[in-house]
Amino acid sequence: METTLGTPTLSAVLCFLAIVALTLAVTYWAARRTKSASEFYAAGRSVSSLQNGLALAGDYMSAASFLGITGLVALRGYDGMIYATGWLVGWPALMFLIAEPLRNLGKFTFADVVAFRLRQAPVRVASAVGGILTLLFYVLAQMVGAGGLITLMFGLPYEWAVIGVGAVMLAYVLFGGMIATTWVQIIKAILLLIGVTVLTVMVLAQFGFSPGALYSAVAERYGQTALEPGGLVADPIDAVSLGLALMLGLLGLPHILMRFYTVPDARAARTSVLYATGFIGYFYIIVPIVGFGASALVGRDLIRKIDAGGNMAAPLVAELLGGTPFLGFIAAVAFATILAVVAGLTLAGASALSHDIFTHVVRRGRATEAEQMRVARISTIVFGLLAVVLGILFKGQNVAFMVGLAFAIAASANFPPLLLSIVWRRFNTAGAVASIVSGAFLSVGLIVISPTIWVDLLHNPSAIFPLRNPAIVSMPLSVLCGILASLATREPDAEAKFDDEKLRTYLGIGAE
Amino acid sequence: MKAEREDAWARGSGSASADETTQADTRRELLASADFRHLVARRWRVSLVLTALLFVLYYGYILLIALDRGFVSQRIGGTTTLGIPLGVAVIFGAWALTGAYVLWANRTYDREVARLRARVKAE
Repeated sequence: METTLGTPTLSAVLCFLAIVALTLAVTYWAARRTKSASEFYAAGRSVSSLQNGLALAGDYMSAASFLGITGLVALRGYDGMIYATGWLVGWPALMFLIAEPLRNLGKFTFADVVAFRLRQAPVRVASAVGGILTLLFYVLAQMVGAGGLITLMFGLPYEWAVIGVGAVMLAYVLFGGMIATTWVQIIKAILLLIGVTVLTVMVLAQFGFSPGALYSAVAERYGQTALEPGGLVADPIDAVSLGLALMLGLLGLPHILMRFYTVPDARAARTSVLYATGFIGYFYIIVPIVGFGASALVGRDLIRKIDAGGNMAAPLVAELLGGTPFLGFIAAVAFATILAVVAGLTLAGASALSHDIFTHVVRRGRATEAEQMRVARISTIVFGLLAVVLGILFKGQNVAFMVGLAFAIAASANFPPLLLSIVWRRFNTAGAVASIVSGAFLSVGLIVISPTIWVDLLHNPSAIFPLRNPAIVSMPLSVLCGILASLATREPDAEAKFDDEKLRTYLGIGAE
Repeated sequence: MKAEREDAWARGSGSASADETTQADTRRELLASADFRHLVARRWRVSLVLTALLFVLYYGYILLIALDRGFVSQRIGGTTTLGIPLGVAVIFGAWALTGAYVLWANRTYDREVARLRARVKAE
C-alpha cells in the first residue's frame, strides 16, 4: 500500500487544529475558575467520579500504550497481548490498597500521606525526589516518543515537535491548572476510546466480525507462532518482576495519585477507579485486535519499514481501512494523547516542587494562598522547560526502557512508604526516608547493570545483574529498609498521631 | 470551615475548651470501640483477600505461560490458541474483583462509616 504518513495532509492538520483549539478553549474557561491553590492542584475537589474515571484513563492510556502495544501485537503477536494485560491489573490493586486512604489523608500530593504524621522536611524532600525521578523518566520517554511520532506523522522537524508539545501543554497547566488538565484528559480519553473502537470495528468487518477468522489470517501469513507466547515471558522471574513493576508501580505514580484529590470524598474515589478500570480494560481488550489486524492487513514488512519499533501499525491500518481522513483523525488523537499525558506529568511534577518542597519545607507549611499560586506556576514552567530540554537532548536515544524504569521506581520508592505509613503504627521518618532512598537507588542502580542498559546500550558482553526488570528485588528491599530503619529508631510523636490518622483514614473524619 | 475544625481535632491542637475535651473523649472511645476495630479489620480482610485473588489471577497467568507454553499454545478451534481467551479472561477477572470490592464497600463499609461518624457528630 501507499501511505501518506509523514506528509501533513489536510485532514490531519484540520483534526489536529480542531483538537488544539478545543482544548485551549477549555483552558480559557478553566483559567477563570482557577484562583486558589485547591483549584490549581485539585480542581476544587469538584470532579465527579465518572469524570475522574475518564481522566484517570486519559492519564494512563498514553501514546506508548496505544501505538506501542498495537505495534508490539502487530510485530510479535501474542506477546503483545500478554504485555497489554499487565497494564490493567494495577487498577484493582490501587483500589484495594491505596485509593480510599489516600483520598482521606492527603491534600494535593501523595507525599501529604507519607508525611502525615512524620517529620515534614526530610519526608517531603525524599518523597519529592522519588516522585520527580519517576515523573522525569516518564516524561522523558513521552517527549522523545512524541518528537519521533510527530515527525513520522506530520513530517515536522523533531525539535519543533518537542517545543510545540511543550508550549501547548504549558498553556493548559499554567493557566488552567488541574481543571484544564482534567478536561483535556477527559476529551482525549473519549477521542481515543472512540478512535480505537472504530478501528476495531473496521478491522473485524474485514473478517466478517469473526475474531477467529482474523487470527487465522494472521497465522496463515506469519505462522501459528504469532498466536503463541514467544520471548517476552521466557524467563519466569523476569516476567513476574515486570508484572510487579507494572502492577504496583501504578500505586506510586504521582500524576495518577494526585487525581484522587479532585473528587469530593473516598466513595467518589472508589467509584472513579471502577470507571477507570472499565475504560482501561476495554481499551486493552480491543487494542490487540487492531494490532493483529495491522499485521494481517498491512503486513509486518511495511510496518517495520515505516518504524522499526512498530509504532505506526495503528495509523497504517487506519489509513488502509478509512483512507487519509481517518488517518488524520487517528494521528490527531495520538497527538492529543501525548499532549494530555505530558500535561498531567507536568502538573504532578510542579506540585512536588511547589507544594512539597516550597510550601512544606521552605515555608514550613505557612505560605499564603497568593504565594502558593505564584510558586506553583513558576514550578510548572521549570518542570515544563526541563521536559522540553531533556526531550531535545535525548533525540534519537533509545528511551523505551524509561517507562519501565519509571514504573520500577514508582513501585520501589513511592509505593512502599505510602502503604507502610497507612498501615503500620511504628513506621517513622527514618523508615520513610530509608525506604524511598533505597527503592530509588536500587531500581536505578540495578537497571544500569542489567541487560537493558549494561548490554543493550553500553554494549558490555554480559550483565552484572541478570534481570531486565529490577522490581522483584528493589521493591522488597525497599520495604525491608523501611521496616529496619523504623525499628532501629523511635518517634513517639509519629506513633501517637497514628490513632488520629486512623479515624481519618477509615472514616474520613477531618478529610479535606 | 467544618473541615478545618475537624482537622484541628485530628492534630490534637487548639485550646482545651470543654467542648473539645468531650470531642477528644468521643474520639478516643470511638477508636477503642469494638465497632471501629472490627470495621478496620474487616476492611483489610476484604482488601487482602481480593489482592490475593488478583495476584493468583495475574501471576498465575504469567507463570502458566512461562512454565507450560504448550498448554497455552494449544488450539481451541481454528487457529485460535487458548492463550487468547485466557488473556481476555484476566481482564474480565480484574473487572469482577474491582466490582466485588465496590459492591461490598458501597453496601457494607459506607453504612458502617456513616454510623460511626454520626457518633462523633452527635456530641
